[in-house]
Amino acid sequence: MSDLEQAKRAVVEEFAMFDEWLDKYEYLIELGKQLEEFPVEHKTDDRLIKGCQSRVWLDTTVRDGKLYFKADSDAIITKGIISLLIGVYNGRSAAEIAADDFSFVDAIGLRENLSPTRAGGLASMIATIRREAEANV
Amino acid sequence: MTIEQIRSKFPQLQETVYGKPLVYLDNAATTMRLDASVAKWNEVSLHTNANLHRAVHRMANLATEEYEGARKAVADYLGADSREIVFTSGTTASLNLLAFSLGESGLLKEGDEIIIAESEHHSDIVPWQLLAGRKGLNIKVLPVDENGKTDLSALKRMLSSRTRLCCVAQVSNVLGLVNPVKEIASICHAAGCLLCVDGAQAVAHLRVDVRELDCDFYAFSAHKIYATPGVGVLYGRFSLLQQLAPWQGGGEMIETVKWGGTTFAQPPHRFEAGTQNISGVPALVPALEFLKETLADKELLENQENIKAFLLDELQQIPGLRLYGVPEDPSEKVSLFSFSIDGVHHEDLALILDKMGVAVRSGQMCAEPLMDRFGVTGMLRASFAPYNSLQEAQYFTDSLKKAITMLK
Ligand SMILES: Cc1ncc(COP(=O)(O)O)c(C=O)c1O
Repeated sequence: MSDLEQAKRAVVEEFAMFDEWLDKYEYLIELGKQLEEFPVEHKTDDRLIKGCQSRVWLDTTVRDGKLYFKADSDAIITKGIISLLIGVYNGRSAAEIAADDFSFVDAIGLRENLSPTRAGGLASMIATIRREAEANV
Repeated sequence: MTIEQIRSKFPQLQETVYGKPLVYLDNAATTMRLDASVAKWNEVSLHTNANLHRAVHRMANLATEEYEGARKAVADYLGADSREIVFTSGTTASLNLLAFSLGESGLLKEGDEIIIAESEHHSDIVPWQLLAGRKGLNIKVLPVDENGKTDLSALKRMLSSRTRLCCVAQVSNVLGLVNPVKEIASICHAAGCLLCVDGAQAVAHLRVDVRELDCDFYAFSAHKIYATPGVGVLYGRFSLLQQLAPWQGGGEMIETVKWGGTTFAQPPHRFEAGTQNISGVPALVPALEFLKETLADKELLENQENIKAFLLDELQQIPGLRLYGVPEDPSEKVSLFSFSIDGVHHEDLALILDKMGVAVRSGQMCAEPLMDRFGVTGMLRASFAPYNSLQEAQYFTDSLKKAITMLK
């Protein structure tokens, strides 16, 4: 199993430990709080992900063909979700990210447990990460 | 009526979400459907369905009686005349109709002004902006103060000889404060300005009489008073409606149609082109009867007052909570509470409350200018109906406190 597959499986297993969605949120909130600080001067409109109810900024840097993400949001659960995505994809090659199907998000039931507007925001986050990857392949 | 009795009329209140009882506090967005209203919809759809006015057959007569009977019921309820009641698809359609038809009527001329309250719903802003763009009108914004109260002294100062129309909600969907419409009407009329009242939020909470309010236009939606979606009302003074141009052209809104020129029906039919909501409009009648009952029922009114007093007190004790729409006296507010909490995002709160079974609204609530006024990107809103209990209000504040603890 590739390293990326392992990382995704770890997230799925972690999520499966919680029976209640409230506990899953608690976990996401923790992840959100742990997210590395995002410089205020990076909170620019070009880093804003469109289609989210709350504001989400994503900053991508490329080093040796690998992508490194930093992100922030004014809503903490959203921040937890983006933190989860970053945790899986950070430091991976553009080609590997671009080829991935992001289906682990469905496996943890994230999409159907967010309100339609939030799920739309999640889709936008995934689309942005994928676009960044494709642009750098 | 007891809470149990009223709740039994709304089957959806028995639903559970994520295994928890549904606590529905998004009544300002739309109320639950009344069983009698849905039954009426079924009855006319399944037994007296036909198109209106057009045919001589028995079913067409029955359908027309149901529809025109509903118009009479709305008129009686509002203290108006049947000819003054236009059926639309909702408040939004009512206001768009009015904006368009006023614009084409010659009553508004380039350079004229419209005053709009800062606390208006987008439905009571955008149709006027569109009109202003088409006709070269100026929009002036009537401010609200820090507590959300409409500034009537500003209104007096703003009215000029060019001001033709003032648009305010009787109750704002964010602030829940009751605007003194009667007083606003007298200020406007003294300056030769018409008053259009958005009643979408008020009808569920206040016994509305348009003659008593002395407004020129009044709009509301059926789905916010327990009836079905897709039905709305525009009340207009008959003498004014007569001066308004048609909005949409089509069947039933005409007098005669000739290639050389078409003439139009009298109000209200002038504004009801095409096949109308022949099932939804009659379903408004049982809802109005029920509404009248709830607004006169001591037990239900007392329950609402208790909920309001409880929340006004309880919410303001939560550290970092900022309530928007703080009344000088509780009677100036309906049981609708919008607030923000320092350091906690409204979307996070709504998401967690949802998982606890509590349905509340979060976001801009179709009132972006008001969000800007208070310097927030959104708020959380809990809005109550007579079928909500004090226990539900308590469950809501307990859940809210838990959610805040999780998020802080
Ligand atoms: C004050 C106010 N005006 C207008 C509207 C629009 O009503 P509708 O969506 O039924 O047309 C609403 C509903 O949210 C409202 O609260």
